[in-house]
Amino acid sequence: MTRHRWRNLVNEVMFGLTAACALAAVCLLFWILGFLLWNGGKSLNLAFFTHLPKPPGEIGGGMANAIVGSLQIVLIASLIGIPIGFLGGIYLAEFGSGPFPFFVRYTADLLNGVPSIVMGLFAYAIVVRPMHQFSALAGGVALSVILIPTTIRTTEQFLRAVPQTLREGALALGANKWKTIATVVVPAAVRGVATGMILGVARIAGESAPLLFTSFGNDYWSRSLNQPTSALPLMIYKYAISPYADWHRQAWAAGLVLLAVMLLLNISARLVLSPGAPRN
Amino acid sequence: MTKRNCLVTGVVLALSLVAYQWAPTSPTVVKAAGKILINGAGATFPYPIYSKWFDEYHKSHPDIEFNYQSIGSGGGIRQLLAGTVDFGASDGPMTDEQLAQSKVKVLHFPTVLGADVPAYNLPGVSQELKFTPEALAGIYLGTIKKWNDGQLAKANPGVKLPDSDIVVVHRSDGSGTTYVWTDYLSKISPEWKSQVGKAVSVSWPVGLGGKGNEGVAGLVQQTPYSIGYVELIYVIQNKMAYGLVKNSAGAFVKASVASVTAAAAGAAKSMPDDFRVSITNAPGKDAYPISSFTWLLIPSTISDSAKRTAITGVLKWMLTDGQKMTEALAYAPLPPAVVKKETQAIAQIH
Amino acid sequence: MEGTADLLEPGLHESSKPAFLSRLRSGDEAAHLITLIFAASILLIAAWLVFELFDSSVEARHKFGWAFFFTSKWNPVSGQFGALPFIYGTVVTSAVALLLSVPLGVGAAIFLSELAPPRISDALTFIIELLAAVPSVIYGVVAMFALVPLLRDPIQPFLNRTLGFLPIFQGPSYGVGFLAAGLILAIMVVPFIISISRESLLAVPNEQREGALAVGATRWESTWQVVVPYARLGIIGSIFLALARALGETMAVTMVIGNTPHILTSLFATGYTIPAVIANEFTEATEDIHLSALVELGLVLFLLTIVINGLARLMVLATTRRGTTQS
Repeated sequence: MTRHRWRNLVNEVMFGLTAACALAAVCLLFWILGFLLWNGGKSLNLAFFTHLPKPPGEIGGGMANAIVGSLQIVLIASLIGIPIGFLGGIYLAEFGSGPFPFFVRYTADLLNGVPSIVMGLFAYAIVVRPMHQFSALAGGVALSVILIPTTIRTTEQFLRAVPQTLREGALALGANKWKTIATVVVPAAVRGVATGMILGVARIAGESAPLLFTSFGNDYWSRSLNQPTSALPLMIYKYAISPYADWHRQAWAAGLVLLAVMLLLNISARLVLSPGAPRN
Repeated sequence: MTKRNCLVTGVVLALSLVAYQWAPTSPTVVKAAGKILINGAGATFPYPIYSKWFDEYHKSHPDIEFNYQSIGSGGGIRQLLAGTVDFGASDGPMTDEQLAQSKVKVLHFPTVLGADVPAYNLPGVSQELKFTPEALAGIYLGTIKKWNDGQLAKANPGVKLPDSDIVVVHRSDGSGTTYVWTDYLSKISPEWKSQVGKAVSVSWPVGLGGKGNEGVAGLVQQTPYSIGYVELIYVIQNKMAYGLVKNSAGAFVKASVASVTAAAAGAAKSMPDDFRVSITNAPGKDAYPISSFTWLLIPSTISDSAKRTAITGVLKWMLTDGQKMTEALAYAPLPPAVVKKETQAIAQIH
Repeated sequence: MEGTADLLEPGLHESSKPAFLSRLRSGDEAAHLITLIFAASILLIAAWLVFELFDSSVEARHKFGWAFFFTSKWNPVSGQFGALPFIYGTVVTSAVALLLSVPLGVGAAIFLSELAPPRISDALTFIIELLAAVPSVIYGVVAMFALVPLLRDPIQPFLNRTLGFLPIFQGPSYGVGFLAAGLILAIMVVPFIISISRESLLAVPNEQREGALAVGATRWESTWQVVVPYARLGIIGSIFLALARALGETMAVTMVIGNTPHILTSLFATGYTIPAVIANEFTEATEDIHLSALVELGLVLFLLTIVINGLARLMVLATTRRGTTQS
């Protein structure tokens, strides 16, 4: 084979291989989705969404309290994390040049990479231990510590993307800095900022490790911030590792629900809210 | 400023949803609503019966909710000592050192009797296998590696045992079930006693770890040629195969309500005041050798009067009505002498 | 004009202290201060986190010292705790994950940046990035029920038959073990590698490609010998980020690794990782020394991910200086 033909062959083969890699990566998502749809779809019924769990070995029951519990914990985490992240992001974007902002930025990036189980340890030390109580609050705090660094950086990112001309225009009209930020910059970036927040919230909603020793789990409705609370990812874990076939089915159904919510949040946030925006 | 109005409205709505869900938290409202939540954690060994009990008790007492998380006996002890739960549960009684760590005196209350059985997954073998104590010790020490080992073959004449490696499964978490199993192995195998010992969490010579009785049962169920020790109800509920074990009288006994009750017969007569006793390798020809009590760990001082009433109430219920439900879940009820002694001991909770 | 100026800046003609107050009233200083406080909360969180990790692990650190990292005995009964099996397991599973995901990820990234038409590339990348949104526990469930049975039979026995002369493919095949954990980790980190590598590759100026093609290279040669090396810092950065993620994964790993603190060479064997042991044993560590040892493991994990993340960010930052992507 001539050298020329060989090089062309290598060209074709290698690109074929890379196409196969891309295809394989895409198929992975469909594999996961398909597995959960096939196994979990069959077990999704009204009881799943409205009933409380039953003792092991008894058929039936549902994950109503886990769904609500997840919502409660995520709500607490968002109430703590989003304002802090949002305002912190404003600082980094609008007032942020110099060593201090750089330090904050770098620390935020590092915190973003810390494993979620370490955040669970942290929340155990600062909430559960002093309170002598497992609680939704502890779970919310653990998740908020994951949410804050993410939100700060995405908020900053989208605020920075607002053209400087907009700011200058506002200043030229006589607005001072905070008015510019509040009435011009933030509204201009609101879609992207909201996207970042939604993606952050979606991420923490799926977390399970930090909840293991903070919100702990509950077979009933959790009526207070200070009570242990069930959560969907926790239930999935508990049921999946058990030997009960009925629990397995519920785990798959719950997995399907969780995955569907994740995908819906991600797709809608990124397609609808900010198409073409720079991603993290 | 419509955007801000929207945001504010949204936040207010969200907060009110949250508040509505959490409204009955002030003491007066709690009493009015009446619901109290009592948190417990611990053993997976009795989890099916506790779960059933708390579910049934809740039906007749809708204002009282017992939230029991089965995280393993070690977890029950730990969280009770840390004060994050109102009661604990364990099938390995607390040691003197652990009791000393507690600010409040902890009382042990036996609730049911159960059994650790050797569950196995052997494709192609339909007969029930017989295990000698030495065989079980050898398997878990790693000295017996294959299913068709001489010791196993000798105890099971006529059974075609495969020439496959034994996959040993044990607990990865701190477990009373482990305590019972290792307590038994320590009694019948000096090698085990010196090399590994007995505790809720040991350094296993061989094997894979599953989390909770559920995790071990799950692993055995899914892994061919595996063996694991599990509480009886888990193998029954999941229709798994489990073996007979040779007791101290030399008979091969299958775990059942009757054989477990036989194992407790001697203990009933000589129960210590703190109820901490081991009944593994009990004498008697019908006794199942790997049986055990399981205990609720209750602090002797409970300051919240509503919780105290609820806990003493459910204890009394467990010792009377509750005992009637045990056999359906393959747990043996407590001997009457033990029940009597416990009922008197409840008065210690103040 | 004087009057208006007075209305706008009442404190303008007075001493400096009221001037500060007027600036405060006008909101800028307040805004600066408030947002600064919230931004500083990041530093507070980080400092507090480090403090808690150090404080709660002090018992174990004093008792075991540096030997903690070289002892392989983990025995709650006798109070001996050594981190080696968990470090080993964490390293091995992450290594397997990278070995599998890097070729796949970089290959896919090359395809998406060089060969695929932009709309298709965007669409496919979007789908691949959704993989990053899948929670860990769901990966665990899929791994347990779909991957592990496949590994137990036929994949691992096949590897044993064909490559069994290698010690990593010997031993009994349980299904669960290092290979299962490594595989699911690979799937979990592949979207990160693809996403960031693709952006690094797209950032390479077109002149580079055209230059190579102009001297007669094939598309592949241009890509492999010019574009990829140009973007290599970003690609390596993505690998480091993937590594940091793989090191910290908890749920999916603990469901398929077998949870045994042993050090064995075979990939079919079961093991333990740092996050998995913390998840399993934390709620039940009855002895304070046990709890302290677990927190020390958490501290090790924390420091490890900080260092790797730090390096990764620097690398990706360096690429953006040269290229045109944001990071």
